[in-house]
Amino acid sequence: MLSYLIRRLILVLPVAFGVSVICFMLVQIAPGDPLTAIMPIDATAEEQAAMRAAYGLDKPLAVQYAIWIGNLAQGDMGKSIATGRPVAAEVFGAVNNSLLLAASAAVIAFPIGVFLGFLAGYFRDTWIDRAVTAASITGVSLPNYWLGIVLVIIFSVNLGWLPSMGAGPGGSQAWVWNWEHMRHLILPAVTLSVVPIGIVARTVRALAGDILTQDFVQALYAKGMTRMDVLWHVARNAAATALSVMGLQLGYLLGGSILIETVFNWPGSGFLLSNAIFQRDLPLLQGTILVLALLFVAMNLIVDVAQAAIDPRIQRT
Amino acid sequence: MTGKLVDIRNLSVRFKGKRTVHAINDVSLSMEQGETLALLGESGSGKSVTLKTLLGLLPPKRSEIDGSIHVNGVDVLSLRGKALAKYRGGEVSMVFQEPALALDPVFTVGHQIAESVRRHKGVSRDEAMSVALDMLDRVRIPSANRRLHNYPHELSGGMRQRVMIALALACRPRLLLADEPTTALDATVQIQILLLLRELQKEFGMGVIFVTHDIGVAVEISERVAVMYAGQIFEEGTTREIIREGRHPYTQGLLAANLHDVEQGQRLNAIPGAPPALESKPDGCSFAPRCPKALPECTAGLPPMLMPAPRRRVACIRAGEPVVAE
Repeated sequence: MLSYLIRRLILVLPVAFGVSVICFMLVQIAPGDPLTAIMPIDATAEEQAAMRAAYGLDKPLAVQYAIWIGNLAQGDMGKSIATGRPVAAEVFGAVNNSLLLAASAAVIAFPIGVFLGFLAGYFRDTWIDRAVTAASITGVSLPNYWLGIVLVIIFSVNLGWLPSMGAGPGGSQAWVWNWEHMRHLILPAVTLSVVPIGIVARTVRALAGDILTQDFVQALYAKGMTRMDVLWHVARNAAATALSVMGLQLGYLLGGSILIETVFNWPGSGFLLSNAIFQRDLPLLQGTILVLALLFVAMNLIVDVAQAAIDPRIQRT
Repeated sequence: MTGKLVDIRNLSVRFKGKRTVHAINDVSLSMEQGETLALLGESGSGKSVTLKTLLGLLPPKRSEIDGSIHVNGVDVLSLRGKALAKYRGGEVSMVFQEPALALDPVFTVGHQIAESVRRHKGVSRDEAMSVALDMLDRVRIPSANRRLHNYPHELSGGMRQRVMIALALACRPRLLLADEPTTALDATVQIQILLLLRELQKEFGMGVIFVTHDIGVAVEISERVAVMYAGQIFEEGTTREIIREGRHPYTQGLLAANLHDVEQGQRLNAIPGAPPALESKPDGCSFAPRCPKALPECTAGLPPMLMPAPRRRVACIRAGEPVVAE
């Protein structure tokens, strides 16, 4: 187990390097000059060159990358061009909020998805199975920003039960564990959980249905195991694959909630990312993408290790 | 207890679904305590279905079962829920054809044996593990102490089948059902497993029903043989009787198809044709279309059951005729 862990950790290094290069290059190859956004239209060529030098944009790419990485290692991601604040502070604040939202959505989605999937897989080809399948396909197919708006209309506008915008009362951005803040979390988290519920349910249904037809299930009944015992065996067999799907979903939840964060004005990484894009805020964009990508890499690492811990057949390769 | 170990009467099993299959047709079979019976027949003859019915493993919604099964006086077909779970693995247990598929891949073999022991004997986890260890020793698995914590994929095929046997015998069942337990194994390993089963049968004194399509295996392991075809028992007797004077043309065909006494270059005596599809209940002799001795009367009605001696029977219209030397 330990050697597997070490091998897996070493594998992360080249991936992380690749991610950093791509993040760096993405912004270089994107069309448009970031300076035009902050320079007055009538700026002279000299003024532009001076600004370029101030941000280090006049140096060769490799040198720019080396400087960028060197600063990153010291926790310095540069300053946002739009606001002038340090990128690191902006990104971590936003990623924190996104993590909170993603984790809440996962807490809602995974148990429900697993339960529904198990139910459908166990009662395969009955009306229960068909109902779950129909519901999960609907959930996956609904555009979630539309669903978000519908929920806002119902619960905020018509019923007035829950707030529709922001992460806290009075537009507060810092999270506090109290009811006033949690109220703001409910609608976006529920909206965000619909797609992963569908995906997890469908995965678990396929897994459970497949495992239940395997010979060892009959062998378990043959040695006198009860239905609950058998379900436990099925769950253990399905766990590794289900876990990897859930890990991936959590990754998507982290980065893929731009639309939801925009609909609910949630001050998370997706929101930050879309602002950075529209304002051509190069350092902020780089920093946000890098942190999200590294989070995704870390997520995969955790899932792989957890999988190996659960399923004895995985460690060997 | 002196009663019969197994008493199957007029058992019929039909599978419903897109098409109906008459898998078992009016089978009666009985076994004394500690007896070893081989169920001999080709694939699709209803051997495995008979075993599964004995354990109540058939899907209840899709199968229709008639007749009665008693094991040690217990009416098996009426068992439900807890009583059924207690019967399975406790009173009767099964060794499957493919040990690689019949063991759960994500639990250690020790855990899988112990799990069964805990369920039936209600002992603690540690005690169950020591029973599992003892069982692995008894099925002659070397360094059982280490193997206890292995997963099925870490063992060889023969080793896995030994584990399967250890698992089946851990709760000391009165009856062991073996569903072609050597078919998936190498020839050399087959012999070892057969010898092991024979030894353990003597040691534990349980009854064994051994399903096989290999007449050589049947001779090796069993005292009695029942020949199955198209969901019926065609002939039953002691192994010696079946080998020396098999009376049913099908039995004779099986014996003739055996590889042993055949000289090199000679054609093997295969039985022509294939078994019937069993979509309808047979109303004549099922073997007649393939039978070299068939008469017009054979397809007119079910063949009479001839019983030349106690516990000896043949279902053939011509079984009464003297055996002609070939």
